[in-house]
Amino acid sequence: MNGESRLRMLLTALVALILTVLPLPPWLDVLRPIFLVLMVFYWSVNAPRTGGLALGFFAGLALDVFQGPVLGEHALALALVTYMAVREHQRIRSKPAIQQAMFVLLALVLYELVLFMIDGWTGHPVTSWLRWLHALTGALIWPPAAALFGYAAGRRA
Amino acid sequence: MQGRGGSPGFRFTLYAVLSVVVMYLDQRQHYLEHVRYVLQAAAYPIQLAVNSPPAAWRWLKESFQTREVLQADNARLHAEARDLELRTMRYEALARENAELRGLAQALPPVADRWLPAEIVNIQLSSLRQRLLLNRGAANGVFRGQAVLDDRGLIGQTTHVGPWSAEVILITDPEHAVPVRVERTGLRTIAVGAGDTSSLALPYLPANADIQKEDLLVTSGLGGVFPEGYPVARVTEVHRDAVQPLAQVRAAPLAHVDTDTEVMLVWFRADHPAAPAPATDASGELKHGNPAMQPRPAPPKPRTAPAADDAATAEDPADAAARKRAAPAPAPAAKPAADGAAQPSPQAGQP
Repeated sequence: MNGESRLRMLLTALVALILTVLPLPPWLDVLRPIFLVLMVFYWSVNAPRTGGLALGFFAGLALDVFQGPVLGEHALALALVTYMAVREHQRIRSKPAIQQAMFVLLALVLYELVLFMIDGWTGHPVTSWLRWLHALTGALIWPPAAALFGYAAGRRA
Repeated sequence: MQGRGGSPGFRFTLYAVLSVVVMYLDQRQHYLEHVRYVLQAAAYPIQLAVNSPPAAWRWLKESFQTREVLQADNARLHAEARDLELRTMRYEALARENAELRGLAQALPPVADRWLPAEIVNIQLSSLRQRLLLNRGAANGVFRGQAVLDDRGLIGQTTHVGPWSAEVILITDPEHAVPVRVERTGLRTIAVGAGDTSSLALPYLPANADIQKEDLLVTSGLGGVFPEGYPVARVTEVHRDAVQPLAQVRAAPLAHVDTDTEVMLVWFRADHPAAPAPATDASGELKHGNPAMQPRPAPPKPRTAPAADDAATAEDPADAAARKRAAPAPAPAAKPAADGAAQPSPQAGQP
């Protein structure tokens, strides 16, 4: 049972990674939520023992390989988001989807803030306000996405 | 930071420290090139999978091309090939003429030693990052910091090289800067990527700099990556403001960054005078002076042909730069002489 849900977790994370790095036209790329972060958030809240912090760290490392200027940048940011989600999972899980979206917005803003600071320290500053846009779209897409993730994760309602 | 369970907090600290260490090693020490190499190899299948829908779409479009379109394409390519042949016909003669004018015994070989076509596997074009992934890697001899061109001009350089793939940073990436020279005046400056595929910014030109619309920018050969004289961009916009000390200049890259499907990786001859000047050390910063270095006497004036030959092959980048700076001034005076010299040269070339 545990093995099966772990396999599901890896598969869904892989699909989310592919959706995250899929080439899109620039205007759409700015709007695209980071599906991998949403997926990791979902698993951390709903099954905090299956993936735990390791999922966040290694998913972040995978993102670093695809689009990070420095290895470890996304890993740190995503580990932080995972830690918060795991710690508060009971509080978040009991809320309706709309209120969960607020937590998602907070998590995504925190995630982007960590990236923003590390970008600045490592000498790749990107100061365009467009980089914060995906936090908003990510929060907006959360209610339908969470239902879909629940279906993919095998919790058929 | 006492977590409710204690254990998640501890593990988070562990992972946070781990990622900071990884970042430090990757950023400061470049210890992780091998790790990156392995990770890039592992990521390549996913990148291929991600690229398969656009690739399949291209393939479909190509295979349902009508006969008329193919014929038109064929006719156009034939015309282009004829055009290029006509142009290269004069190349040999021009190279010899150039060698004579420079006082060299033989014409120099072209600075590009060999090149390798590479397909674009994945494209990231956003305002934050402009990168390409090519399907050639270390197995094909690709190295870090290699120049990438298309048939019109400069595209970028490789940043991370995996065994079968290489990541290219485009000249339009906001983190990329390329040293350029204005072809018309010889003025040197730096072109910085503006974050979209159609423009470069030239932020370091004073308001009274001699630059105008339609000026061609070519690589200046400084910076250690690109050799001198490759076309980069054309100036599209010059904005001078009386209160601003710097001119605001924009240029459009000549390479078709967003429509290319194939690009060229180029190897250059290191001993060629136009080859990229080597960087001073790995980080490009000169930290300590070299006490052994002494000012050198001015080079003798090139009177006889062999002496000029020596000076041309043994000159170092600083001399070349100094000469280039001096070049625009005597150019008008030298021009009639060059015209005069051009007339006897075909006769000299005939026997």
